[in-house]
Amino acid sequence: MNEEVAVKMRTDKTLFGFWVYVMTDCILFATLFATYAVLRNNTYGGPGSHELFNMPYVLAETLLLLTSSFTCGLALLAARKQQVKQVGLWLGATFLLGLSFITMELTEFAQLANEGHGWWSSAFLSAFFTLVGTHGLHITIGLVWLLVMGAFIMTRGLNEHTLRRLSMFGIFWHFLDVVWIFIFTIVYLMGVA
Amino acid sequence: MDNDKRTLINYVIGFILSLLLTGTAYLAVTNQLFASGTLIAVIIGLAIAQVLVQLFFFLHLGHETKPRWKLVTLLFMLVVLFILVFGSLWIMQNLDYNMMPKHDVEEYMIEQNKKGF
Repeated sequence: MNEEVAVKMRTDKTLFGFWVYVMTDCILFATLFATYAVLRNNTYGGPGSHELFNMPYVLAETLLLLTSSFTCGLALLAARKQQVKQVGLWLGATFLLGLSFITMELTEFAQLANEGHGWWSSAFLSAFFTLVGTHGLHITIGLVWLLVMGAFIMTRGLNEHTLRRLSMFGIFWHFLDVVWIFIFTIVYLMGVA
Repeated sequence: MDNDKRTLINYVIGFILSLLLTGTAYLAVTNQLFASGTLIAVIIGLAIAQVLVQLFFFLHLGHETKPRWKLVTLLFMLVVLFILVFGSLWIMQNLDYNMMPKHDVEEYMIEQNKKGF
């Protein structure tokens, strides 16, 4: 067996393990979605999703995340072609888009909390903050991961290890995009429909 | 056509499709294009279409070689997800019904009687 095949087999095994982790993370989100669906009308006399959600703002967040998923894919593609500079460029774009997304989300959370609609005020808002906040936490962890990985790629170049990490990050980031599509649809769109 | 070029085209198509699907869902809701029941069915349909687009064009699930373990774990996850989400909704709706105040139960029964069995 030559070295190239051995590397591919090792990488595939790790990526499959990571894929299984991502599938279990989907189950975590499924429980939070189920909780939200059960509690969404229990507003304890406070305003519901119709009054609280600012749809153009949420659309902007969605577009940021969708674009970051795309740039992340371009980074992976450039890595496969061994173009380190391009990888840095696309990963940088992914980082900035992700950072803008999480900044917008935290601003939205702060605004809700300042107006007295924090997670403490009703079952609906507890479920909302837990679901959307867990997604935001994943994004934050992803951004830290992206920084560390970017530093590794810049200093050590694209070898077997950094390529494998980059592929895992790609799976993670696309998965977060998929979860967000459901948050956008079930929490926001169905909330104002 | 070489592999890298095909991947690039896949990413571009996937990106454009997901923008179109998001935009359609958003406009359908903000302009109230359908009655509320249809509207919810339409946006859920669009979300599922978008997930398929992402799985196929971004996560390359279609290009997996046999045995398709990624697909198998994905399907198993979906089974668990459906049991979890729809099971919870079912149980909680049933509990809600059983815990209705007496007055509401009577009204509900009268409503049901009017519909006939």
